[in-house]
Amino acid sequence: MEPATKTETLDIEGMTCASCAAAVEKSLSRAPGVQSALVNFATEKATVHYLPGQASPATLKEAVINAGYGVMERPPDTSAAERSDEIDRQKALAYQTLKRRFWVATVLAIIIMPLSMLMLWPAMMARVNMPLLNYAMLLLTLPVLLYSGREFYVSAWNGFKHRSANMDTLIAVGTGAAFLYSLAATVVPEFFTSRGLMPEVYYDTTATIIALILLGKLMELRAKTQTSAAMRSLIGLQAKTARVVRPDGAEVDVPIAQVQLGDIVLVRPGEKVATDGRITEGQSAVDEAMLTGESLPVEKKTGDPVFGATLNKTGSFRFEVTKVGADTMLSQIVKLVEDAQGSRAPIQRLADKVSAIFVPTVVVISILTFVLWFDLAPAETRLPLALVNFVAVLIIACPCALGLATPTAIMVSTGKGAEHGVLIRNAEALEKAYQVNTVLLDKTGTITKGEPAVTDFVAPGQDGARLLQVVAAVERQSEHPLAEAVVRHADDQGGDKLTATDFRAVEGKGAAATVDGQAVLIGNRRLLAEEGINLSPELTAQAEQLLSQARTVLYVAVAGQAVGLLGVADTVRDTSVAAIKKLQALGIEVVMMTGDNPQTAAQVAGQVGITRYFAEVLPADKAGKVKELQGEGRIVAMVGDGINDAPALAQADIGLAVGSGTDVAMEAAGITLMRSDLNGVVTAIELSRQTIRTIKQNLFFAFIYNTLGIPVAAGLLYPFFGILLSPMLAAAAMALSSVSVLANSLRLRSFDNH
Amino acid sequence: MDTSQIIVTIVGLGLSAFVVWYFFFFSARQTTSAVSSSSGVQEVDITVKGGYSPDIIEVERGKPVQLSFYRDEENSCSEELLMPDFSIRRDLPAFKTTLVELLPEKAGTFTFTCGMGMLRGSLVVK
Repeated sequence: MEPATKTETLDIEGMTCASCAAAVEKSLSRAPGVQSALVNFATEKATVHYLPGQASPATLKEAVINAGYGVMERPPDTSAAERSDEIDRQKALAYQTLKRRFWVATVLAIIIMPLSMLMLWPAMMARVNMPLLNYAMLLLTLPVLLYSGREFYVSAWNGFKHRSANMDTLIAVGTGAAFLYSLAATVVPEFFTSRGLMPEVYYDTTATIIALILLGKLMELRAKTQTSAAMRSLIGLQAKTARVVRPDGAEVDVPIAQVQLGDIVLVRPGEKVATDGRITEGQSAVDEAMLTGESLPVEKKTGDPVFGATLNKTGSFRFEVTKVGADTMLSQIVKLVEDAQGSRAPIQRLADKVSAIFVPTVVVISILTFVLWFDLAPAETRLPLALVNFVAVLIIACPCALGLATPTAIMVSTGKGAEHGVLIRNAEALEKAYQVNTVLLDKTGTITKGEPAVTDFVAPGQDGARLLQVVAAVERQSEHPLAEAVVRHADDQGGDKLTATDFRAVEGKGAAATVDGQAVLIGNRRLLAEEGINLSPELTAQAEQLLSQARTVLYVAVAGQAVGLLGVADTVRDTSVAAIKKLQALGIEVVMMTGDNPQTAAQVAGQVGITRYFAEVLPADKAGKVKELQGEGRIVAMVGDGINDAPALAQADIGLAVGSGTDVAMEAAGITLMRSDLNGVVTAIELSRQTIRTIKQNLFFAFIYNTLGIPVAAGLLYPFFGILLSPMLAAAAMALSSVSVLANSLRLRSFDNH
Repeated sequence: MDTSQIIVTIVGLGLSAFVVWYFFFFSARQTTSAVSSSSGVQEVDITVKGGYSPDIIEVERGKPVQLSFYRDEENSCSEELLMPDFSIRRDLPAFKTTLVELLPEKAGTFTFTCGMGMLRGSLVVK
């Protein structure tokens, strides 16, 4: 029996070309104990199978170094996917610890609470030994402080050393003060009684505050994991293995990390496409919804690109790998979403400024509260009142709500966008999209499909079906885009295919050939005129009508007789009308621009319900049109194809690039639409509006909460209404405030593009 | 006003003044310049514990920068690192080193903060 081999993956450093990979591979293969070594130049990884007795990772590393290259210790942040595992594990652990701390605090607080209530019951007080009860409560509070609340004090101290103060500082000082006061009242009660004060203790307050804050943290942690759920599911889409077809025809399942450029991969129905490539054999329908948001499967045939993580539906096919690792579309999408989630929204600026000075300011307010209560309250109650209000101010203040307001909403919405095939570059783009009141569409490729199609076929007094096949026979040999449209139309109609001979293309005019022994001409009017063929009055009238509808007209002549007409036009996408209507319903003016003549432009505009359009716009003038609209005081979103429209996209307040499905990293665009129809524009704008609305609600809530909560906690209402806020209620309010902000952001998860 | 009120008032105002001075004006920030490795990458090690040490990092423009953040605590405050100018949001696992790579293309001072903007440091690009 063959001894078990081990597999090791090494990250190779310093390979500059494919031959370096070969050198590393050779050196590794020759090392003792190595059975096989495979070096992937693109991913800079070597996969080595070796016999554990004769080789070790160290000897393998040596072999690589001998070849003149280095082995990188696996960096902790190679890719989002690799990182996420470790982080998820740690987060789960942190959650468990937090839960334990919470339960310890809660159980003890529940015991302490009734004990401290005893003091309010004079009959009971007379019977129990007060100092003893206090010591009992002290013992019960200590674990809450030292175990459950320990992190607050450690963190506050660490922060203090850095002259930074955070939420933990507030909790630590607040609960610390309440505890120390109680401790003094327990240990040296005579100090208080000698001054005519009741030696009151606040152990219940201390324990309850910590329990409530931990409850808040627990809920916050749970909610926070959900903000990145979309991102995690994106990463999870990555296929784990690929079925590679070796040159000898053998099919081998290999881990995705070992797939190399140029490999042939086999995909069966129901399987995930492993990585990006081009189909070499077979055809199928592929569900690309996870990348583009397009719910209908896409037909794929030989030569078409396929993308990793998409789902093969019907047929099986083979494809050649063109991209691996970080270059794949999925990785690029993940990267883009990750970047967007790390960006900062301009709307957040004020909140940022406030958070930077928040905690020290609150500490100062709390100290002043203490001083004022101490100076103004009646002598016998001034110390407890000053203390209680001091603690309440510290505890109610919540910088977290401010800090969470924007980023959580951005995280949820960028993830949600990706689910719908809308890739948002950064938070600023989202904010700009929210302000948009005018959408400028480049007609070709957005409103229309960008490819001509036959719209009319006129053949008075002829066998139309046969004539169409005759025409198709000629056009099948032509490479003109219009000819392709004719062939597609004929194929869609069905019928027996004919063959044409003596094909001849007439530059700029059309084509001629012989079908069934008859000379056939297809082309513009000049072609027929040059051949001396006249149009019947009926055909002339039909042609005029088609031209008035902005069709391109193809004339057909058989055996010297003009017999038919074909009207060809760039067809409007099925989704355009509805999408434009939706945009208009959102209060957005939709403007179209096109290089076509005014007639065609007007016709298309009318068809989709657009009232304002620019016709005969040269490619170089597109950015100028954007400027023109901006000059009218509009906030313009430009929708274009990203390559030809780059200057216009950059000029616009927000550029939306309609993806060709190949390059998601379109620099000029703030938003990239993976699906090439206008519904993506609607999704992007609706999503941005909901997101910014959520952020505004969050910020409003966070500011109002703090500006109302702090004065109330300080006792501002006491002189007028006799209302004082118990520190325990303050803790509950604080815990709820950050959770409410998170919950509000999570509402965005239910965003649906209807 | 009795004596204890006067004492409390004076101590309270003094403490407030101390807080303002200590957090807003007191300056003893640690500045570190990046060390370029043999491959031309500017490398800086940063410890995260209640703050960033060092918290001012000087790097040169146009050369790749690799920041190694070692998070020496479990406290949740520092679990996220944000560098909005470079579109970076990273989770920093506790007691682990997380590498953050970026290319500073513009000169200036760029702040980095924790998830809630409480802990702060800055990257000075020259």
